Amino acid sequence: MCDEGVGGAFCRLERFFDGLLFDGFLPESLDWLAYALAGFVLAATIVNLLLMVTAGYTWFERRALGRFQARLGPNRWGPFGMFQPIADGIKLASKEDLVPDGADRPVFNVAPIALMAPAILVVALIPFEEESFLGSLNIGILFIIGVTSVNTIAIFMGGWASRNKYAMFGAMRAVAMLVSYEVPMALAITGVLLVAGSMSLSGMAASQAVPFLLVQPLGFLVFLAAASAEMSRTPFDQIEAESELGSGYHTEYSGMKFAVFQLAEFMAPIITALIVATLYLGGARGYGPIPGQLWFVVMVAIVIFVLLWFRATWPRLRIDQIMSFAWKGLFLLAIVNLFLVAAEVFVLQDSETGELSTESLWIMAAINWVVTVASVVIVANVLGQRHIQRLEPVASPLANMHAEAD
Amino acid sequence: MAIRTEPVTINLGPQHPSTHGVFRLRVTFDGEVVIDVEPVFGYLHRGTEKLAESRSYVQVVTLTDRLDYVASMSNNLAYVRAVEKLAGIEVPERAMYLRVISAELQRIASHLMATGFLLNDLGAFATPLMYCFRERERILDLFEMLCGARITLSYMRPGGVYQEPPEDFWPALDIFVEELPGYIDELEGLITDNEIVLARTRNVGVLSAEQAINASITGPMLRATSVRWDLRKADPYEVYDKLEFEVPIGATGDTFDRYLVRILEIRESIKIVQQAAREIPDGLARTPGVPFNVRPPKGDAYAAVEGPKGELGFFLVSDGGIAPYRCKIRAPSYINLTALREMLVGWKMADLITIFGSIDVIMGEVDR
Repeated sequence: MCDEGVGGAFCRLERFFDGLLFDGFLPESLDWLAYALAGFVLAATIVNLLLMVTAGYTWFERRALGRFQARLGPNRWGPFGMFQPIADGIKLASKEDLVPDGADRPVFNVAPIALMAPAILVVALIPFEEESFLGSLNIGILFIIGVTSVNTIAIFMGGWASRNKYAMFGAMRAVAMLVSYEVPMALAITGVLLVAGSMSLSGMAASQAVPFLLVQPLGFLVFLAAASAEMSRTPFDQIEAESELGSGYHTEYSGMKFAVFQLAEFMAPIITALIVATLYLGGARGYGPIPGQLWFVVMVAIVIFVLLWFRATWPRLRIDQIMSFAWKGLFLLAIVNLFLVAAEVFVLQDSETGELSTESLWIMAAINWVVTVASVVIVANVLGQRHIQRLEPVASPLANMHAEAD
Repeated sequence: MAIRTEPVTINLGPQHPSTHGVFRLRVTFDGEVVIDVEPVFGYLHRGTEKLAESRSYVQVVTLTDRLDYVASMSNNLAYVRAVEKLAGIEVPERAMYLRVISAELQRIASHLMATGFLLNDLGAFATPLMYCFRERERILDLFEMLCGARITLSYMRPGGVYQEPPEDFWPALDIFVEELPGYIDELEGLITDNEIVLARTRNVGVLSAEQAINASITGPMLRATSVRWDLRKADPYEVYDKLEFEVPIGATGDTFDRYLVRILEIRESIKIVQQAAREIPDGLARTPGVPFNVRPPKGDAYAAVEGPKGELGFFLVSDGGIAPYRCKIRAPSYINLTALREMLVGWKMADLITIFGSIDVIMGEVDR
């Protein structure tokens, strides 16, 4: 009796409760009870699991950053400092919860929740097996684009309500940047959508007989860049910009509200990696003898590590450079990718069923790699700096060290 | 309808991650663009110049450690040279070589720190900074062998240096200068050709040669504007005239040139240290018979060295007593800040931070 739009695990769990409660035990009119119970149990599991994973990830990120930076990272409490997140949690929870004088209190209090909620909502749709666990929307990817856009508002709420000029600067940058980067991100996703022929995440994962990383490398690059801008980490961390703005929109936050902001921030790479793995790396589909879920977890871990690597290596761009990178670089590349994929799908798809065979996916991959390399090189040469020759220094005649000798 | 905008005034500092100490900038922004800058400093004023008037000449050495606290050796050197000039004290040649070696090591350490913090200001998440600190740490280890201290060194004395270096200093120094070029290559690989670094620093915060000279700016900042001026060549002190080295200059005087000049200077300093360690003669490390309480004759003397940040000079006036009558310090960090307004106005907030970082100021020296 599973309804349209619910995930596989949800369905199984509901059947379980159904059997438990209604096998001649409770009247059929209380049928909704099993539905509610299953939903509650599954939602609680997912939220708590996500929070636990995030806590573990904070340890991993700090530890890995430490290795990148030739230092140790947290190493005091527990084996390899693994209990550090617990210590952090206790510290933050026991801190005084300050609200600045003149802050817009309701907005100030709601902002952390508004940032955290969309991140958790997204996970409900991720297909951890062939199907999503909790909700399997047939417009899953639209839902994700819509829901993750809320974080712009949340960050602006935090920055505006703090009544702090640094926070305001961070919030203004956030609005400009996040709104801009949603455009290339959505266009990159459209490329996936065209090939998959489905808007549900499980459909997208299932259609990847060849991982879309190979089929659409350009789309993958655009999506990865745009996504790392969306979660505002280096080289795009304009919103916090520690060396410029202190800590941007959450400058005035402390205690648990700050902890929630931090949690949402550390959740972002995990969510991004989940989406990237689903859209471009085959999701939980599995290839050959590799079990799907193992593949999924490994891919997510790799994406997380790559995002961390970006963060550890690169400096930050200036806000105008970030905007021009979005509109002159990524937007262009996304358009190229979209038109190319559309043309290929139009030519290669089966005229009867409209489906793409594995062979046509490989043909697409071959064409797209060439175009990707060419277009990335062209854009890099137009926008980039490295090809501009450095001027040879010529000693100025204004001061001469060897005046006496002359 | 025209959009009405208002300038915003922000206090950058004195508590701010990128002010390199307790510097405060009252900046007026039009959106992200800087339209006015008013530096406010003095938060670290400890009255060093006045304190020096109540210390004996040797005791003042410890005060100079706390001026530019990431380059104590250079401060020591400039000060003891002024005292020696004032009192007419001869220095043994071996001591001069030791001074050159330690001053050049200090220059490397100071430039590494400037580079690391510049990259931090650029937004690199501390990775280049930690790389720089890793090498600086080894220089501090060498200093610890020389004099037991790591930051506030007080290594130099009127008439030489504190003591002969221990036996195992020389092999350790050899290994370090052998390995350092590789580390600098590694650091440059991370920074110099980085697309983002180039986009952020090239043609940003340009200072022309005229502006730099008019503001009496010295050091890497001046050389980045393509003026070839280095006191080690222009007015050689100690044994710099016996050593072979180049004076690197920049092409345009932008932030990137200031970074690159420092890296090139590190490479030159390595050469100087290698030569000095090879050619150092035997002899005494300190002139015997210089009393603890030096009593120079009445008069005055000015001695300057090319410190890591520029011309670091001490002007001492003696009234014949055991303490200087007046001790005036020409602090390069302070004077290099004079062109701050010209460099900052018109740039964006992110540039403000990097331009200020590229000046490489140490507040202990600015406020004194």
